[in-house]
Amino acid sequence: MSTEVSRYEVRRLLERGAQLVEVLPAEEFEEEHLPGAVNIPLKELGERASELDRSLPVIVYCHDYQ
Amino acid sequence: MSPRAASRLEEIGFEQVYDYTAGKADWGASGLPLEGRPSPRASELSRADTPTCAAGERLQGVRARVLESGWDTCLVVDRERVVIGRLGRRALARDDDVAVAEAMSEGPRTFRPNVRLGALVGWMRSRGLTSAVVTRSDGRLVGVVRLAEAEARLAAERDERG
Repeated sequence: MSTEVSRYEVRRLLERGAQLVEVLPAEEFEEEHLPGAVNIPLKELGERASELDRSLPVIVYCHDYQ
Repeated sequence: MSPRAASRLEEIGFEQVYDYTAGKADWGASGLPLEGRPSPRASELSRADTPTCAAGERLQGVRARVLESGWDTCLVVDRERVVIGRLGRRALARDDDVAVAEAMSEGPRTFRPNVRLGALVGWMRSRGLTSAVVTRSDGRLVGVVRLAEAEARLAAERDERG
């Protein structure tokens, strides 16, 4: 089961090389996203997961508690 | 949505998955920088010159004032400028002189100033409406966004982006 993290932990994980993934649709990503994030919308996650490095932590996020 | 994404990644074999459930709303609210190109919001086109009236006024007096102003809608507000109703075209076309409270539609749908203009246009089009009411979260009136002006703004935005 994934671990829920706060923004403080997000920053610490990023310092360790974590990959940050916004899972919202592209138009919402283009409008506003966290620095360094890549966009893989939820419905494309299965087919595009190969773009991520399995050896590194992955942080997923969306807008808020949706 | 992010819990589903985290779950999906684990299903396909990722072992170090973290879910930042508070997301970019939390990130931005804390003052940390966000990147991107914001799209126009309702606040940008909310017209504060929308006619308003009180529920206790008489319809014919309000009607004359609204028509003179060139609008086809009037918002009914209380003393705190909280929107409690709306007089649309049909109500303003009535020829009897009832109290505004009797003629108005109560509790019109309202939007917050930070709603994306594109979403607002979509909502108006889907309901055949020519304007939408924008209020703060406490219900106080910000203004009204007109469909034609919103469509023109979005078209200009598309041209700018090429």
